[in-house]
Amino acid sequence: MNRILKTTVIAAAVMGVVGVAQARDQVRIVGSSTVYPFSSYVAEEFGATTDYPTPVIESTGSGGGARLFCNGVGEGTPDITNSSRRMKASELERCIENGVTDVTEAFIGYDGIAFAQSNANDPMPVTREQIFLAVAAMVPVDGELVENPYTNWSEIDESLPDRQIVIVGPPTTSGTRDAFEELVLEAASENFAEAYGGEAYSDVRTDGAWVDGGENDNLIVQRLTQDTTAFGIFGFSFLEENSDVLIGSTIDGVEAGPETIASGEYPVARSMFFYIKNQHADEVPAMYQYAEMFMSEQMIGDLGYLKGIGLIPAAEQARAEAREAVANRVQLDVSDLH
Amino acid sequence: MSQSFDEISAQLRKRHRQSARLKWMSLGALLLALAFLVVFFADMLGKGLPAFQQAQVQVEVDYSEQASQLPLAAVDEEVRDLVSRGWLRTLPMQMRDNPELLGTTRTEWVLADGQVDQYLKGHASRLRDDAKARVDRLVEEGRAELKFNTTFFSRGDSKMPELAGIMSAAMGTVMTMLVTLAVAFPIGVMTAVYLEEFAPDNRFTQMIEININNLAAIPSILFGLLGLAIFIQFFGMPRSSPLVGGMTLALMTLPIIIISTRTALRSVPDSIRHAAFGVGCSRWQVVRDHVLPLAMPGIMTGSIIGLAQAMGETAPLIIVGMVAFIPDVSATFTNAATVLPAQIFTWSGEPDRAFVEKTAGGILVLLSVLIFLNATAVVLRKKFERRW
Repeated sequence: MNRILKTTVIAAAVMGVVGVAQARDQVRIVGSSTVYPFSSYVAEEFGATTDYPTPVIESTGSGGGARLFCNGVGEGTPDITNSSRRMKASELERCIENGVTDVTEAFIGYDGIAFAQSNANDPMPVTREQIFLAVAAMVPVDGELVENPYTNWSEIDESLPDRQIVIVGPPTTSGTRDAFEELVLEAASENFAEAYGGEAYSDVRTDGAWVDGGENDNLIVQRLTQDTTAFGIFGFSFLEENSDVLIGSTIDGVEAGPETIASGEYPVARSMFFYIKNQHADEVPAMYQYAEMFMSEQMIGDLGYLKGIGLIPAAEQARAEAREAVANRVQLDVSDLH
Repeated sequence: MSQSFDEISAQLRKRHRQSARLKWMSLGALLLALAFLVVFFADMLGKGLPAFQQAQVQVEVDYSEQASQLPLAAVDEEVRDLVSRGWLRTLPMQMRDNPELLGTTRTEWVLADGQVDQYLKGHASRLRDDAKARVDRLVEEGRAELKFNTTFFSRGDSKMPELAGIMSAAMGTVMTMLVTLAVAFPIGVMTAVYLEEFAPDNRFTQMIEININNLAAIPSILFGLLGLAIFIQFFGMPRSSPLVGGMTLALMTLPIIIISTRTALRSVPDSIRHAAFGVGCSRWQVVRDHVLPLAMPGIMTGSIIGLAQAMGETAPLIIVGMVAFIPDVSATFTNAATVLPAQIFTWSGEPDRAFVEKTAGGILVLLSVLIFLNATAVVLRKKFERRW
């Protein structure tokens, strides 16, 4: 034991010295797996076209990213966290408690969530209410809450085909799942406000009709190509990339597409952000250069590179405002988030 | 006692049938396992082999003043959307570092765009029809073809499939394994030597033994949590570094090395020890000069197998931040790095379909390394093993 202890202590001491001596010109980024593809694209561009090393990006999920980001200020903490939703007020409060008081918010654009199936089937337009009735654990039948009795789509609405309900979606750890619960389930449950006592309802059934597909959206896509009865829920970029084998459903009559998502017409879309720790400005000078490259028209603009890999650009005005906020290092306040 | 001949022969037949059934069932199990293996390998080879080829296009590169500002201007309009943008964007820095290039025009084979690559390999491609026609024409003129993919072995991760390679992950694996070996091997062997040769047999050492055996069966992710708490949070070592990753994996490998070393030490017959004691060796001399050298092949085999296991591990490394987008090849043990299985994991989640072959290609490389390691372990054992 003594030996283990000694070795560890020596190693730690050596590392401590090296750690201090090392100037950190490498930006460290954590956060959402949804923003990760865009963030790493910019990071690579940044590494290839400047003299700085490529920023390191860990895909930890929005919540995990905020936790690491808010752990404090200094060497070992990340400079930027990506988020596929706005930072929560509670998260920023924790940041401030730990001394991370000066944070700037950067809005980068939108991402849609697709409801899609194998293209061996005919297109099946759905409404959020129908998805809710297919997915929720308890549903109102004749004014009373009962365990979800529907096994076929045609039982929910006669216009839908006689086809077994199988939906493969993201697990609870995923930001996509959070967004799906909020934008589809909770929103639709308000139509049945009486049955649920006026509260938003987002419990998912556990009798096998809903299948957790894992964090990897590619697995959901693969599953859909094999099981043609199933529907899948995943990020819009995966639908675009696999458009030769999958077809998306219109939701509430709106087709998922760059225009409908950016305009807010498509109901299941969310905004994406990253947050900058301004207190690291002196230690990590590359941070703002990376952020500015990210916010440039070349990246998030209408003709930007990120559009090619699935980002849905915001309106020009919104982009300009977001760029302005980053350039001026506008400090985020808890009251902004309520 | 008074069984008739018929009864006995009926019983015999039954026993024979039973043993035949057992034989067929075991053979069936083996064949089934083999079938899984064959399907897996065939799938991996079918998907992964294309990753070792990469489309290239022959273009005239015009190193003009304009190209140093706007790299697109360096190549003809005809091929502008067919060459890799990842290559184009490096031109301005290349010209800045090599001023003699300015004003020259050279004919070079350059990386084609990932979509061109997919099209030439016969996969689904998002190229428009007119671009496909241009690629076909280039192929006819001999100006576009699939060549051996050196990029895959010389570069790190990338968002552009044509630029993505396993170099940084391979280097990360090497560095991480060096740390693992440097920490786990001496500590593991010393612990085993103490427990086997010096320690008294009492409650305390028995408890240690049980704990070590238990540790070998613990889910690897727990070692990741331990590494996060001790190395990163307590000692403040740099996150994502091969140092932290290697030490975390060393914790995981330690029990395997200890257990295999103890087995190896135990297989050295006591007569050797007695003979050494008989000529007046001290305990330390007995261990150093006689027992350890004789046990070495067994120790090496156990260590290599432990190392191979650590090499294929991803779960604990997620926790210490080594599963990340890290395209640069790590220069020191404290820089951020990633490892081969983590790289495969990252690629498997990419939306771009061209990464399917990268994923399978990475798996093939990792499998080759593991097969090589395990074969080395077998050879070592066969060559040096002694039977007493």
